[in-house]
Amino acid sequence: MTQDLFIRLPDDSQDDTVSFSFNGEPLTAAKGMSVAAALLANGKHVFRHTPVSGAPRAPYCMMGVCFECLLEIDGVQNRQSCMTSVAQGMHVHSQDGGKDLSGQLINSELEENAQ
Amino acid sequence: MSTVVVGGGLVGSAIAYGLALQGETVTILDEGDVAFRASRGNFGLVWVQGKGDQHVQYASWSLQSARLWPRLAADLQRDAGIDVCLQQPGGYHICLSDDEMQERANKLSRIRENLDQPYDYQIYTASELKRILPEIGPDVVGASHTPYDGHVNPLLLLRALHKAAIVRGAAYRPNRKVLQIKHSGSSFRLETDSGDSFTTDKLVIAAGLSNRELAEQVDIYVPIKANQGQVLIGERCKHFLSAPTTYIRQTNEGTIQMGDSMADMGLDDRTQNEVISTIARRAIRTFPILGTLNLVRAWAALRIMSPDGLPIYQESRACPGAYVFTCHSGVTLAANHAYEISRWVFEGEQPDAARTFSNARFMEHSSS
Repeated sequence: MTQDLFIRLPDDSQDDTVSFSFNGEPLTAAKGMSVAAALLANGKHVFRHTPVSGAPRAPYCMMGVCFECLLEIDGVQNRQSCMTSVAQGMHVHSQDGGKDLSGQLINSELEENAQ
Repeated sequence: MSTVVVGGGLVGSAIAYGLALQGETVTILDEGDVAFRASRGNFGLVWVQGKGDQHVQYASWSLQSARLWPRLAADLQRDAGIDVCLQQPGGYHICLSDDEMQERANKLSRIRENLDQPYDYQIYTASELKRILPEIGPDVVGASHTPYDGHVNPLLLLRALHKAAIVRGAAYRPNRKVLQIKHSGSSFRLETDSGDSFTTDKLVIAAGLSNRELAEQVDIYVPIKANQGQVLIGERCKHFLSAPTTYIRQTNEGTIQMGDSMADMGLDDRTQNEVISTIARRAIRTFPILGTLNLVRAWAALRIMSPDGLPIYQESRACPGAYVFTCHSGVTLAANHAYEISRWVFEGEQPDAARTFSNARFMEHSSS
C-alpha cells in the first residue's frame, strides 16, 4: 500500500505542526512539508481523477515534472501539490476532471496587460 | 513495382499508406529524432476556411481533402486501431478589429465568387457569436465560420499513419537520412547516412525542408523555405470551446492549444518570449477566462513554405518515376495525399486537381 512507504523520519526540529483540510476532513502535518507529502503522510492517495478517463491518480515524481499530483488548493485548481508548501488553515480539495476555467477568478492584471 | 518514400512525416507517411493500400511494395526512409519534423510540431487543424483566395484551386483541393478525411480516419481506425480524434464541427476565425473583420469578409466572398462549387460561410457579429461561444471577450468584433473545418490529434495521426502503412505491408526504416540519389536506367539508388543503400523503381520525395536539395538531385526545382510557428499548450480544462478556431483550439481531451505565429527566421526552431506573449495576449483578449490558464509547454516548429504558400507536386521530367510532394498543410491534406496523390504515383496518371500545383508556376522559362 502506498501509505506504508511514507514514514516521516525522526528529526530534532521543534514539533511544529499545521492544521489543514482535505475535502473537508481536518488533518495535520509537519510544517515545511509539501501538500503532496502531507496528504501521503495522512494516508491519502487519491488526489485527483483524470480529465480523460476519470482514472484515480496519486503523486508520482514529487519534484514538479509529472503533473500527477494536481489539487485544488485554496480555491485555485490544478495546482502542483508537490511544489506547494502546506500552510496553516489551507483548504485542499481533490482535482476531479479538468480545470473549470469559468469558475476561476480572472487575473485583472493579465487582462490589463492584454489591452 | 517498388516505391521508396523519402520522409516519414505526415506527407510521406500518408502517401506511403495510400500506396500500401493499393498493393505497392513500399519502403519509408525516415530521418532520426534530429529532423526538423513539422509533423511533430503542428497545430492539428483540418482547415479549409480562407485558403485559396488568391488561387481558388487550393480552396477546392482543401475542400476535397476535408471531405475525404472521415474515410481516412475510418481507414486508420481499421488498420492501425488508432482513433485520431477527428472532429469536423466547422471552425471560427475570430476577429479583434473592424478592419480584420472586413478583410475576412472580403476574402471569403472572393473565394465564393471564384469557386465552381458551393462555399458556405457565415459572418457573425459579436452578439451573435456570444450565443455560440459565450466566453468571448469584449474586444471580439465578430467571427467568420465555415462548416468544413475541424481538427485531429496530429501526433496520433503520425503514429497511426506509420502503423497502418506497416500493417498494410510497408517497411519503415528510421535513422536513414538520404544523402544522395542516383538515377540510372529506370531505377534509383539512394545512399543513406547509416551506410546502407536502397534501390527502387519509383521515388517519392516528401522530406520536408530537405525537399529542395533532394529534389535537385532528380532535377526538380522546389523553392521552399522554413517559416517558423510557435505553439503554446495549456493545461487540460473542462470544455468551453465547442469548435476549433484559427489560433485557439481545445482538444477532445480538454487541452488548450494556442498558436498561429509566422516568422521567417531560417532553421531556427527556438521559442521567443515576445512571440509567446503575443500569442497569449491575443488568446486572453479573445477568451478572457484563459487569463488563469497555466501553460505546460511551448514550442516552435518550422513550416515548409513555398513562395505562394501552396503545395508543390511535381514529377521529374529528367528522371521519370521520381516525384516530389511538399506542402505546409500535412494534416488538412493528409486524406488527399493518402488517396489522390498515392494513386498518381501508383498508376502514373496525374489527378487533374493536382496539375495546378506543378512547380511550373515558379519557372520563368520552363524547359518543357
